[in-house]
Amino acid sequence: MIGVFHYLTVSALLFFIGMAGFIARKNVFIMFLSLELMLNGVNLSFIAFSRYFQEMSGHVFVFFVIAVAASEAAISLAFVILLYKNRQTLDVDAYNQLKG
Amino acid sequence: METNIYFIILAVIALGGAIMTITRSHPLSATLSLVVTLIALAGLYALLSADFLFVIQILVYAGAIMALMVFVIMLLNVREEQLPVEPHIYRRVGLSLLFLAPLFFLVERSIYSQFGTTSFSTTGPGFGTIKSVGQLLYNQYYISFEIVSVLLLVALVGVVVLAKRRA
Repeated sequence: MIGVFHYLTVSALLFFIGMAGFIARKNVFIMFLSLELMLNGVNLSFIAFSRYFQEMSGHVFVFFVIAVAASEAAISLAFVILLYKNRQTLDVDAYNQLKG
Repeated sequence: METNIYFIILAVIALGGAIMTITRSHPLSATLSLVVTLIALAGLYALLSADFLFVIQILVYAGAIMALMVFVIMLLNVREEQLPVEPHIYRRVGLSLLFLAPLFFLVERSIYSQFGTTSFSTTGPGFGTIKSVGQLLYNQYYISFEIVSVLLLVALVGVVVLAKRRA
């Protein structure tokens, strides 16, 4: 029988896969996609808890998370375009201007 | 029961799409794998009887946000030789997954000790529908809702300012 445990497991797996992608990759675009994966893992756990406790507030939080993810996507894509214009590469190791 | 089968299929598709996302070398194939994950997640939301979020996930997340990303990748038009050199992608990703595995098992243990094998009770009428989400949004959480609208406005203005700057 599928219960809340299985949904939370899938959510944790998505979160950790996203985190592994963020650690392992050098492509700034794929690091950004990994961030989206982590957000979606958290969203799934919100909805599973919401269903488990019969409490609708989790749905509202997921709604807010999606709104924040949309604005974050817009701003970081603008950043990626600017960085690519400056450096002609997507490699995060090339963006070391701020290093002391 | 057939919802169990649906859950297993959707979870496998979501996790497979996630693995594909972090192991592709070209950003376009990674983004399309992420779209697969997001649509499978929308199916999981529907299984959890979150009707409104199921629609929002497909329309806004898999539709709008991912279309924006594909658009930006097409605009940048990155050629294969301009991608960062990443040898042994699978080995790197596997090692970082191995590095995170202890954390994952801690999380799993705590989830299991808290919830065990309890399954969901049946939902009340109107759970997850657009009407009940909207009522909650405009009664209990209206201040947060206003703040989110201001945040979207700030993001819009910020993107215009960033994009207009001469690099």
